Amino acid sequence: MAQDVYAGSADTAEGRVFMVTGQDWDSITQGLEADELAEERVVVNMGPQHPSTHGVLRLILELDGETVTEARCGIGYLHTGIEKNMEYRSWVQGVTFCTRADYLSPFFNEATYVLGVEKLLGIEDEIPEKAQVMRVLLMELNRISSHLVAIATGGMEIGALTVMTIGFRERELVLDLFELITGLRMNHAFIRPGGVSQDLPPGALDEIRSFVKLMRKRLPEYADLCNANPIFKGRLEGVGHLDLAGCLALGLSGPILRSTGYPWDLRKTQPYCGYETYDFDVQTWDTSDSYGRFRIRLAEMWESLRLVEQAADRLAKLEGAPVMVADKKIAWPSQLAIGSDGLGNSLDHIRHIMGESMEALIHHFKLVTEGFRVPPGQAYVPIESPRGELGAHVVSDGGTRPFRAHFRDPSFTNLQATSVMSEGGMVADVIVAIASIDPVMGGVDR
Amino acid sequence: MTEENSNVPAQPDSAVPEELSDDASRGRRVESVGTRHGMFGVSGSGDTSGYGGLVKQTIFPGASQRPYGGWYDEVADALEARLKATDLAAAVEKVVVDRGEITFHVRRDDLPFVAQMFRDDESLRFEFCAGVSGVHYPGDTGRELHAVYHLLSMTYNRRVRLEVSVPDADPHIPSIVSIYPTNDWHERETYDMYGIVFDGHPALTRILMPDDWPGHPQRKDYPLGGIPVEYKGGTIPPPDQRRSYS
Repeated sequence: MAQDVYAGSADTAEGRVFMVTGQDWDSITQGLEADELAEERVVVNMGPQHPSTHGVLRLILELDGETVTEARCGIGYLHTGIEKNMEYRSWVQGVTFCTRADYLSPFFNEATYVLGVEKLLGIEDEIPEKAQVMRVLLMELNRISSHLVAIATGGMEIGALTVMTIGFRERELVLDLFELITGLRMNHAFIRPGGVSQDLPPGALDEIRSFVKLMRKRLPEYADLCNANPIFKGRLEGVGHLDLAGCLALGLSGPILRSTGYPWDLRKTQPYCGYETYDFDVQTWDTSDSYGRFRIRLAEMWESLRLVEQAADRLAKLEGAPVMVADKKIAWPSQLAIGSDGLGNSLDHIRHIMGESMEALIHHFKLVTEGFRVPPGQAYVPIESPRGELGAHVVSDGGTRPFRAHFRDPSFTNLQATSVMSEGGMVADVIVAIASIDPVMGGVDR
Repeated sequence: MTEENSNVPAQPDSAVPEELSDDASRGRRVESVGTRHGMFGVSGSGDTSGYGGLVKQTIFPGASQRPYGGWYDEVADALEARLKATDLAAAVEKVVVDRGEITFHVRRDDLPFVAQMFRDDESLRFEFCAGVSGVHYPGDTGRELHAVYHLLSMTYNRRVRLEVSVPDADPHIPSIVSIYPTNDWHERETYDMYGIVFDGHPALTRILMPDDWPGHPQRKDYPLGGIPVEYKGGTIPPPDQRRSYS
């Protein structure tokens, strides 16, 4: 057999290793009783692939009885090389890759990358208003769907299955809206350098309004189910405690930081996409624990509904306005339209480039195959994703491809708090602490 | 197609174009991090456009002169005052203000001191570090590997960028995990992807790639990989071997 350079031998050098496959506890404990090595301290590998570890996360827990004495994370199982791949595609194609990083908040990945590219191009002031409003609309809908999953999976992990079923029920409604607006439920690649890829389809505003109306009826159900539920509170209160100093030292942001009572939200403090013109409040809690983070997420969904409503009102007044920058050297030339065989290239556009104008064809071909050039330099435009500060460090060398795109993903940074949140606590509380961090492994590993 | 029958003139690798050498003679450091040749990704006699002979320097925004404008000067003054009090007046190699962002290029040995100042000085107060991002510039001879730190002051609502450059042959940068503990995983990632060794890191091991992985994948000299895809009789090469528009 050929030597596999990537698979060295990995024999455990010391201690005894038990393979637990289920239904075999008797045989394992039998062997232990006579063993002098029997002791309370055990090292448990939880995952990768444990159902309650938010994706492919591996936890290495050292337990003394039921108490966790040491907790470490093993990550990298979902590393897909998104950053490296982006260096081999054009600036516009980069959106298609980064949207897949944190798959629960695709619009935020796209937005921070696109804002960085626009800063490098120096076209921040030329982005049409309608594109900015649509970005806000999509990001806030996305915040709702992301928080719903955080609450739903968090509930499932502590046995509150109803929270999970209703959470995914409502998320489905948001994904239906995404499908209506972008054509895809996830991985949209919809926010592009210069604007967004398409205008709103007819009827979308009505759907959004009826969704907001429905959510205002459904969200109180979560509060009724959980807020004062003694079991729910018993599992969450005081668990995963981390104060403000700890948060800043570890670079934590988002709901974890706000659960210490510090109202830091980039939408307010360093606004982008016109957030300064919207009316909404930053939600905080003062308990620094998992329960506070749950309440913040719940309250932020209400704020997002307010923002979605305001964005919808603005879009109603912006009918027919452009959604892409006017600069034809940057704007994507292709136009999509619904035909008899579904969504595809607009026949008018095809007629124009194939039958009417050679220059238009050349222009289309050059921009689609080669792409535009971005002046050399670097930019970092962080935004407030559902999990905290998400920023793309975008570097250009003047070419048609990103020279380097690095995503500072909040899941990656926040997951470092696992140890400090769970050491000294019970093993069951590790799950609650990690659920309150709400890591998404697609974003952690990229 | 061999090099002999190529109609593209020999490409002068180290030639500095006229307008740049002018800049260089005036003492301003030319921030060239590489050279691009040609235009359409064609080489050899396939290129009939004449653009194949094009040689273009990649010029990054150069050092800025005082005043930088706005709060940039306050930050620079506070830092300068601190550094002058010690014997590290030359710790900041240059300051670049570009596209509304300020970058301090820091000498690598002085990074921990400078970072400590940025965090603790009451007129700076950059409490939050958004991690470190590595960048590999193979054309920036003697400074191939850059580590870029983004700091945020929540007190003053400001952002600055620190940049440290080291040669590929000696890729060592002092760790700042003791100052910003959040950089623990970020430095491990940068080590994993670029091979920059952060001296003083508590446990500098790979984090995203397997422990026994050879090489550092995000360096420019590490191939992307991939296999050709066959479709309806045609073959599409992997992304890093396709024609690129340099």
